Amino acid sequence: MKINFILNDNIVNIDIRPDKPLLRMLREDLGIKSVKEGCGRGECGSCTVLVDNKPVASCMVPAGQVHTRKVTTLEGLESSGEIKQIQDAFVKSGAVQCGFCTPGFMISAYSLLTGNPNPEREEIRAAVSGNVCRCTGYTKIIDAIELAAEYIRRFK
Amino acid sequence: MKETKRVKRDSDIRVDARIKVSGKARFIEDVEFANMLHGATIRSPIPHGRIASIVNLEKIRNMPGVRAVVTANDIPGENIVPFVKQDYPCLAPDEVKFHGQAVALVAAETVEEARSAARSAEFEYEEYPAVFDAVQAMKPDAVHVGGEDNVHSYFRIRKGDVDKGFREADVIVEGVFNNKHQVHCYLENQGVVAVPESGGGISVYGSMQCPFYVQNALVKVTGIRYSGIKVVQTVTGGGFGGKEDVPSILASHAALLALRTQRPVRIIYDREEDFISMSKRHPARTRVKYGATKEGKITACEAEYIVNGGAFCTLSPIVAWRGVVHISGPYDIPNVKADSYAMATNTVPCGAFRGFGQTQANFANECLMDELAEKLDMDPVELRKRNILKTGSRTSTGQVIGESCGLEETLIKAAEKINFKQHFGRDKGIRKKGMGISTTFYGVGLGAEGEYFAKAGAQVYVKEDGSVIVAIGNVEMGQGSNTVFNRICADTLGCPYESVEVLQPDTTRVPDSGPTVASRSTMVGGRAVLDAARQVCDTFRKVAADKLGVKPFDIEVDAVDSRYRCSRGEMSYFEVVNEAYRRREKVAAQGWYRVEGCTFDQETGQGNPYSVYTYSANACEVEVDTETGQVTVTKFAAAHDIGKAIHMISAEGQIQGGTVQAIGYALHENLVLENGRILNPSLTGYTVPTSLDACDVIPIIVEHPHGEGPFGAKGLGEPPMIGSAAAILNAIYDATGIRFRHTPCLPEDIVKELSKLSI
Repeated sequence: MKINFILNDNIVNIDIRPDKPLLRMLREDLGIKSVKEGCGRGECGSCTVLVDNKPVASCMVPAGQVHTRKVTTLEGLESSGEIKQIQDAFVKSGAVQCGFCTPGFMISAYSLLTGNPNPEREEIRAAVSGNVCRCTGYTKIIDAIELAAEYIRRFK
Repeated sequence: MKETKRVKRDSDIRVDARIKVSGKARFIEDVEFANMLHGATIRSPIPHGRIASIVNLEKIRNMPGVRAVVTANDIPGENIVPFVKQDYPCLAPDEVKFHGQAVALVAAETVEEARSAARSAEFEYEEYPAVFDAVQAMKPDAVHVGGEDNVHSYFRIRKGDVDKGFREADVIVEGVFNNKHQVHCYLENQGVVAVPESGGGISVYGSMQCPFYVQNALVKVTGIRYSGIKVVQTVTGGGFGGKEDVPSILASHAALLALRTQRPVRIIYDREEDFISMSKRHPARTRVKYGATKEGKITACEAEYIVNGGAFCTLSPIVAWRGVVHISGPYDIPNVKADSYAMATNTVPCGAFRGFGQTQANFANECLMDELAEKLDMDPVELRKRNILKTGSRTSTGQVIGESCGLEETLIKAAEKINFKQHFGRDKGIRKKGMGISTTFYGVGLGAEGEYFAKAGAQVYVKEDGSVIVAIGNVEMGQGSNTVFNRICADTLGCPYESVEVLQPDTTRVPDSGPTVASRSTMVGGRAVLDAARQVCDTFRKVAADKLGVKPFDIEVDAVDSRYRCSRGEMSYFEVVNEAYRRREKVAAQGWYRVEGCTFDQETGQGNPYSVYTYSANACEVEVDTETGQVTVTKFAAAHDIGKAIHMISAEGQIQGGTVQAIGYALHENLVLENGRILNPSLTGYTVPTSLDACDVIPIIVEHPHGEGPFGAKGLGEPPMIGSAAAILNAIYDATGIRFRHTPCLPEDIVKELSKLSI
C-alpha cells in the first residue's frame, strides 16, 4: 500500500505493508532509531512517538493508519530544538541510566508540558505512567520533568 | 608523594547522558552489518522428556528466507555453555529439562521469516515425569533432574553451639518464608550479533554484563582458540544480573549460525521469548529461628535456605553461598548454624538478579527480626541497635569487622528521616498506615567462592592533545560505572572530566577482568583504572618536576584546576602532556587489581568470605487499603554506607532504582508457572512498578571510607534490592496486625487474611 505522511516536517511517500507496525517502519524503512522496541505490545512505552501531536505506542499503530497524518519523533523535536529543555533537564537531573526508555519518556514529557506548562508532581506521575523504567525508580525522571517545565518557562 | 587534590562538583553529569537523550546511543538493535541474517530459536514444548526428532526439519530448511538450521549435532566444539558447572547444553542433545529450552536454531533473511520458521517446528517426543518445586526435588523418590540427588550445590555455616545458644535464650521465634521468581525486565531484551571473520575467527557484539564469560563460551562451543574470539559490549539497556549468564547462550547460538552461513547473524529476543528462556531470581523457601535474652541480645540463629535453581545450575552455587553467608543478618551472634541448598527442578534456570541470593535470605531474617522485637516488646530499631555489626564485631563466619562499618549510622538516619514510629494497627478507618524497618550488610565483590574471577584490568592512554582513552573490562549497563571510571581517571591524572573517554569493553583490548556483577565495578574495576592512571601521573610528575627544577615528590597535582604545582611554579595539565610528548615519554599504562585474602572453610563455613562490606538500613511507611488490599508505599528512606560516593547522582539513582525494584518484588511482581510453563510472559501479565506504583525514595548516603576501594568507595549496586521488601512487609504488619511471610504479597492475599480477622 502506498501511503504518504509527514515525518518530522518532511513529506514521506512510501510503499508499505499496511499492517506493519509504525515502529518497525520507522526503524527499518526510514532510519528512525530513537524509537525502541521493549515489548512490541504497547506495554512499555519505549517506542512512544507523536501522531498528530498525541503520544502513542508506535508498536501498536499499523503503518497504514498514519496515512495523511503527522508523525513526530525525538529526531524531529531535536532538530527543531523543541525538546532541548527536556533533554537538558534529563541530563542535569540524573534521569538517564541505561537510556533505553529515555526517548519514550521525553516524548511523553514533551506532550505533557505542551498542554500543561506547570504540572503538579502527581500529574507528571500520571502522564508518564505508560512508560516503564526499570533503572531509576522514577524519582529523578519526575524531577527532570519538573525542571524542564521551569527551563521552558524561563526560556519563554 | 602528595595526594592529588580531587575535583568536587556535586551536580556534574553522567558521561553517557548526552548521547542517550539524543536517541543516538547504539543499542544492539542499532548495530547492523551488511548481508546480516536473523536468528531464531526452536524451543522445547515440554518441561522434561526426550525429543526424538523435529519431524518437519527438512521442511523448515526450505521455508522462505531460511538459510540454515542448526541442531546439537552441528556444534563444532563442545555442547556446553560453561558457567559455574559444565551442565548447560548449548542446544538440547535429546533430553530436555525445562519448557522453553533451546533445541535448534534457524537463520533467515528477515526476523519474521526466522521466527515463523522456528514456530512451525513439530516434535516427536517422549515426556518424562517432572518436578517443579525445590522442596519436592529433595525427596528421595523425586525425579532426577541434575546434580547429585538434585542438589546443584550445598553450603553450611557452623559457629559456636546453637543448642547452647537457644538454651540461653529467654525468647525464641521461628518462621518459614517463601519467595517466588522475580524477572529482571530490563527494558532492552537480550540480543547479540555474531560476525564471522575472514581469518576463521568470530566477533560478537551484544547487550551483556560479562564479555569475558561470553568469550569463554564461544571458545568452548565453536572450538576456536581464545585469540580468534573478539567480544564487544554494546550500549546495554539494563542488566540487573539478567545479562550475566544468558548472553553466553545467545552468543553461542548466533556464532553457530554465523559460522554455518558465513554471514553476520543477529539474534534479539522478543519480550515473550526473553521471559520464557532467561535466568531469573530463585524462588526460595527459608526457615529461620532466632533466640534472644530478654534484654534483646541474640544468642543463636539457625537457618535452612532452599532455592530453586531450575534445570541447569548456571550461577546457583554462588547464589546459595552468598545467601548462607549473610542469612543470619548483620548481627553479632555467637552461635549460628545454617544450611543452604540450590536444587535442580524442571523449571527455567535461575541465575543472577541484584541481591544474588541475599534478597530472599535477608527477607526472611529481617521479617523475623520484627517478630522477635514484638515478642520482646522492644522497638525494632532498638533491638537492631543491640545486635548490629560494629568495628570489632564478629560475623556468622567469624570474620572480625575492621574499618568502615557505618551500619548504626544508616539505621539511625533512615529511622529519623521518616520519623519511624510504629502504629500497631491502631489506625481507624479503611486506610491504615504502618511503618517498617530493616538492616542488611552486603559482601562486596565475588568473595572466596568467586575468587578466580576477582580481578580487573584497565588501560589509560593519554593522547597528544591531552584527551585520554580509558579501556576497561567492566561494563556500563546503566548503573553509571563509566562515569565513575571517568572520575577516577580524571581526578588521578589531574585533567578535566571532559578530556576522558571511557571505551566500550572489548576482550581484545583489556585482559580478562572478570564479570560485571556483585557490585564490584567501582571497587575492583575502579582500582584497575586508578592503578593505570597513577602510573601515567607518576610520569607526568617527573616531567613537570624536571621542567620546574624540583623533585617529583614536590609536585602537587590539582585536579580542580588541572594544574601540576610546586613552590617554584606551575604547569597546566596540557603543558605537562605536551612536554611529555616532546620528551617521548610513555604516556599509557596498563592497570591491574586483584582482590586478596578471602577465605571460606567448606566444613565449618568459617573464614573471611569477603574483604569489604556495604551496610544498609531501610525505613518505610505504607498505607493499606483494607477493602481492596492495595498497599501504597508512601515514604521510603534508604540509607547506605558506601564508603565514598564517587558520583553522587549515580549513587542516588542506584538506591532509588533498586528500592523500587524491591517494591515490585514485595507487592506485585508475580510470575505464574503451571507444570513448569510460564503463563504470563509479558509486561501486562507480570507487572513491574510504574510511576504510579513507586514513591519518591529518599536516598541517604553514609560515607565510612574503606582503604581498599578507590578514594574509599565500596559497592552499591545490589544493597538497595536486599532489605527493602522486608521493611515493606514489616510495615504491612504494623498497619494491619497480619504477618505475611511471602513475596509477592498481593492485594488478594491481604484481603483474604483481613476477612478472616473480621469473622
